[in-house]
Amino acid sequence: MSDIAIDAPARPKGLLPGAATILAVSVYGWALLTAEEDWQVIGLLVLAAAVGLVGKLAGLGPKVLASWSSNEATMNGGAVLGLLAVIFALSTQHFPLLMLTTTLLYFIASLGLNIQFGYTGMVNFAGAAFFGAGAYTAAVLGGYAWIPPLLTILAGGVVAMVLSLLLVYPIVRTTGHYAAVVTIAFGVLFKTFLEVNEILGGPQGLMVESMKLPGWDFNNGPVLFGVEMSFYLNYALFATALVALIFCLVRRLERSWLGLHMDAVRLDETAAACFGISVHRTKILAFLSGNFILGIAGALYGMMISFIAPASFTFSDSLLMVSIVLLGGMGSPWGGALAAAIVVLLPEKLQVLQEYRFLLFSVLVMLVLLFRPDGLLPRQIRNYFPGREGGK
Amino acid sequence: MSERLLEFQAVTKRFGGVTALDSFSMHLDKGEILGLIGPNGSGKTTSFNLLTGIYPKTGGSIHFDDRDISSMSAREVYETGIVRTFQRSRLCLPLSIYDNIMVGDTSRLPKGLWSNLVRRRAFRRQYEETFKVARDLVATFSGNLADRMLDPVGALPMIERRRIEICRALISGPRLLLLDEPSAGMTHDETNQLMSDILDVRARGEGLSIIIVEHEMGVIERITDRCVVLSYGKKIAEGTYAEIACDKEVQNAYLGVD
Repeated sequence: MSDIAIDAPARPKGLLPGAATILAVSVYGWALLTAEEDWQVIGLLVLAAAVGLVGKLAGLGPKVLASWSSNEATMNGGAVLGLLAVIFALSTQHFPLLMLTTTLLYFIASLGLNIQFGYTGMVNFAGAAFFGAGAYTAAVLGGYAWIPPLLTILAGGVVAMVLSLLLVYPIVRTTGHYAAVVTIAFGVLFKTFLEVNEILGGPQGLMVESMKLPGWDFNNGPVLFGVEMSFYLNYALFATALVALIFCLVRRLERSWLGLHMDAVRLDETAAACFGISVHRTKILAFLSGNFILGIAGALYGMMISFIAPASFTFSDSLLMVSIVLLGGMGSPWGGALAAAIVVLLPEKLQVLQEYRFLLFSVLVMLVLLFRPDGLLPRQIRNYFPGREGGK
Repeated sequence: MSERLLEFQAVTKRFGGVTALDSFSMHLDKGEILGLIGPNGSGKTTSFNLLTGIYPKTGGSIHFDDRDISSMSAREVYETGIVRTFQRSRLCLPLSIYDNIMVGDTSRLPKGLWSNLVRRRAFRRQYEETFKVARDLVATFSGNLADRMLDPVGALPMIERRRIEICRALISGPRLLLLDEPSAGMTHDETNQLMSDILDVRARGEGLSIIIVEHEMGVIERITDRCVVLSYGKKIAEGTYAEIACDKEVQNAYLGVD
């Protein structure tokens, strides 16, 4: 296939811009997570805005992007290393680790929604319900000590998927706004069901057993070099592994014939059907697999915070999840990471603004939709095997 | 003796009180190029939509290669070997040229989660093979396009989009190609070029039949073997271009009655 490589020579692109980005983001993330004074937080936010602006003017974006996509495996590995470094730098601090892990779990949730919304074009306004289905599964199954918690997490995904079977018929028979309304109704239904159901704890909710692996109880802080670490370290590490796994799978899905089907269905259902693509099958696949991922994230979330109630899985939480996808960029997995960080961390870090912080957040979403409709980190054109341009 | 490929028998379509197609019968022989013409709103595109299973029919039947395809879905019709282009180009603009063309051919590729996510080596082989085939097909239309297979379609001018749309239709090796106003939005020269390309592709393969809906009579005269003229959902004439051009009723339909 040598003739293919000729027309689009893969210019060697340096590792430097990508590596520098990973380093900068890691240091910045650490600084933001540990910042306690208001002036530090505001200083960091101003810094981020300034760097973003200067970077745009200097045209750094395309350089980073080129460096990243020509060395994708290395860069993804580097990003995981950067994340691990931040986790260990925070290893004794409960709250920053909790924030970081929550961000990771919302990131996983956004990957699930991305399959539905970003790729296939199905808006799911019941994200929190499927997330909650996973968490409640963890709570119920945690009562049976013989069930391995790893299996419980998987079961969280399966239960979310089975629940979404209830919606499959109305979802594939309706399109656009109508399908969205179906999911809104389901989200409300789910929360109401939890509130009136005594077995599931009613409005008071349920306790959730912690995550355990053989010989490793996640609720005990590990002792490293004689120092007792925060028990959230366990969850942060486990969430990192889960993020890496699901990120890889979602990326592969995007860069497969199924990902192409999803795009074709989103962009033009009729044309897709005229070329033999099964619109129903594609939508069902996207809906179920997205909700499976949401359920998995929810199960681990429940185990981490150890107490769940219907009030944690409301319509506004679903909206928050959708806004992560919009803010980051539809169909852009890395956008989801950035947006999850913004959505989780900003309201926590801007306590000084009190309730106005949600106002600020809403304004931010509107500004992004107005001026960057493709999101903060827009999706790149599909390249099945990046780094080898021209199909080679 | 030529063989029948497609047969419309008294096909009718009503939208509420409007009869878009009224007991329309026609046929197409294997290897034939048929022009489907008529004034705006006479039911040409509706015929395509009924044939490709986008709309359900109100009455009548359609046979393709001796199979009744009257009640097939769009996907099943595609599987019998019928493909089309659209009047207003319906490409996936944010996707690459390669992706758009592959939309026309993925139905025969593995659809399972396992083969798509886990068996990446096999996937890679499929990708490399299809890339080469798609690129060769594009190269027959435009060498320039073939060098830009991973560029987004949204950045291309109309003529290139039409070419890609036709490549998308041809990539699966269909038996019947439906062209819905391929000249729309293009100049005379561009249209002529496009038609020559289509005829080239057709000459290489065996027996691709074509039905073309077109307002540009030069195109119809040049490439069709036979024409069917529709007016207000009814067939008013049938014959070679020379025959229908002299037909009184056809002239009235297009120019009005004095």
